[in-house]
Amino acid sequence: MIAVRDLRVSFAAATVVDGVSFHVPPEEMFGLVGESGCGKSTVLRVLCGLNPAWSGQIVIGGKAMSPVRDRAFFKDVQMVFQDPYGSLHPRHTVNTALTEPLAIHGIGGADGRVAAVLDQVGLGGAFRYRYPHQLSGGQRQRLAIARALILEPKVLLLDEPTSALDVSVQAEILNLLTDLRRQRNLTCILVSHDLAVIAHMCDRIGVMQHGRIVEELTADQLNENAARHPYTIELLAASRGYDRALGERLADE
Amino acid sequence: MSGETHPLGNVTRAPGLRAWLTAEVTASPRQASLQRLYYGWRRLRNNPTAMAALVALACLVAVAILAPLIAPEGYDEQNLAGRLLPPSGAHWFGTDDLGRDILARLAWGARITLMIATLVAAIVAPIGLLVGTAAGYFGGWVDAVLMRVNDVFLSFPSLILALGFVAALGPGIRNAIIAISLTAWPPIARLARAETLTIRNADYIAAVRIQGASASRIIARHIVPMCLPSVIVRITLNMAGIILTAAGLGFLGLGAQPPMPEWGAMLSAGRGHLTGAWWLSAVPGAAILITSLAFNLLGDGLRDVLDPRSE
Repeated sequence: MIAVRDLRVSFAAATVVDGVSFHVPPEEMFGLVGESGCGKSTVLRVLCGLNPAWSGQIVIGGKAMSPVRDRAFFKDVQMVFQDPYGSLHPRHTVNTALTEPLAIHGIGGADGRVAAVLDQVGLGGAFRYRYPHQLSGGQRQRLAIARALILEPKVLLLDEPTSALDVSVQAEILNLLTDLRRQRNLTCILVSHDLAVIAHMCDRIGVMQHGRIVEELTADQLNENAARHPYTIELLAASRGYDRALGERLADE
Repeated sequence: MSGETHPLGNVTRAPGLRAWLTAEVTASPRQASLQRLYYGWRRLRNNPTAMAALVALACLVAVAILAPLIAPEGYDEQNLAGRLLPPSGAHWFGTDDLGRDILARLAWGARITLMIATLVAAIVAPIGLLVGTAAGYFGGWVDAVLMRVNDVFLSFPSLILALGFVAALGPGIRNAIIAISLTAWPPIARLARAETLTIRNADYIAAVRIQGASASRIIARHIVPMCLPSVIVRITLNMAGIILTAAGLGFLGLGAQPPMPEWGAMLSAGRGHLTGAWWLSAVPGAAILITSLAFNLLGDGLRDVLDPRSE
């Protein structure tokens, strides 16, 4: 469904993504994990067409991608942003946010579609005419997911969809994403710095460091501690919680 | 709404209306937007100076509308026997050097002032918003061209530039409005551009871009609503300057032409009688002062209400 070969992205002097290749079969969830600044979010922005300055090869749904995408592309590929406080227009109600994509693509029956998608993400009709500032963080992220899904895309890109939320709300959103993915047969790429989230959600995982995928492994391999690359082992150790000895060892390096 | 058929409809309806406006759950887009207006109005109501300004401007509008009732004889009824009469019961603000009642001229002149102010605002706001948001959103050479044109207009003091335009176009109210508009749009465009630059890279703009929206749609439906509050505030604050410029052009004989009762022209006509008949210039001068001040104070109040960061 998604194939990326030798993707390179540079901003000014810095090379942010340095030869990334991976492959996501249909209906699989692929995870990209790594520390902040490793280029994982940039990969997503390139995939969804927000960043036109890249080189390499991207194939989505059998079609090779050019830097500028046509409108039909956006109907198939949607993205959920990291910060639900920044990704919703402060002066648009829930209803406006959800009808806008339908209006752009000239899709009719907006009323029923909005109600249905609100229901699916667990926001009732009572939220329909609220403004984002009247919603909690979790409700905002549900709305952002609804907005991405209302066009019924085949590919959903998730850029740290839970890192701005409370731990309890994180679990709700992750469960929602798991359910929706199953119902709609979505192909997903999930970017996160949280290995626990990635291991829980994804079938296969790419570990990124300094703009490269240093290791690719399946969720089972990850759970069996079969990681071989030292950076993956370090991330794994860090995800088990704070460990004084590890902290000191990392600080010494 | 409940209570509409109740015999004391108004009494029971008020709390019902308030409940509808403050309801936690909004049931229609109209209710949501009215609720927004209502909360803004409540914030404005807590600001006494802004409310005083609003009342003053409401009075001005009322005077302008009711001018035919206040002065049924019109603004040009001369009475050479009653020249330069001081304020009295018959002529509240006295008469001028042709025996015309100053109150009548002031009331009819309010129409001219308000017309100039609203027309300039109606011309300047769309132009400024369009130029500013386009420059900010597209960047690159679009930004460079639009902003250099903007700089050319900004580099002249507005009254001097307006004077130049009126001198070229010929005196008169219509040309004064055009001239003032030409000098008033650049700050609005600057402001809209600055606002656009702060939000163009926001995630919610990226989100609508990856929905496949066209640039014109993004600007019109997503960027303009974010720029609108500060533009409204700025135009309200600029209204004082617009009125002063209009009065200044009138004063210099380049705006409204006699016998039109434009306040600046009235002030100018009273200049020769400053020592003998102070009310000729003091009354229109006070009207200009109060109106400008009211617009300024209202603009300040609106800034507090409309600031998107206050939510």
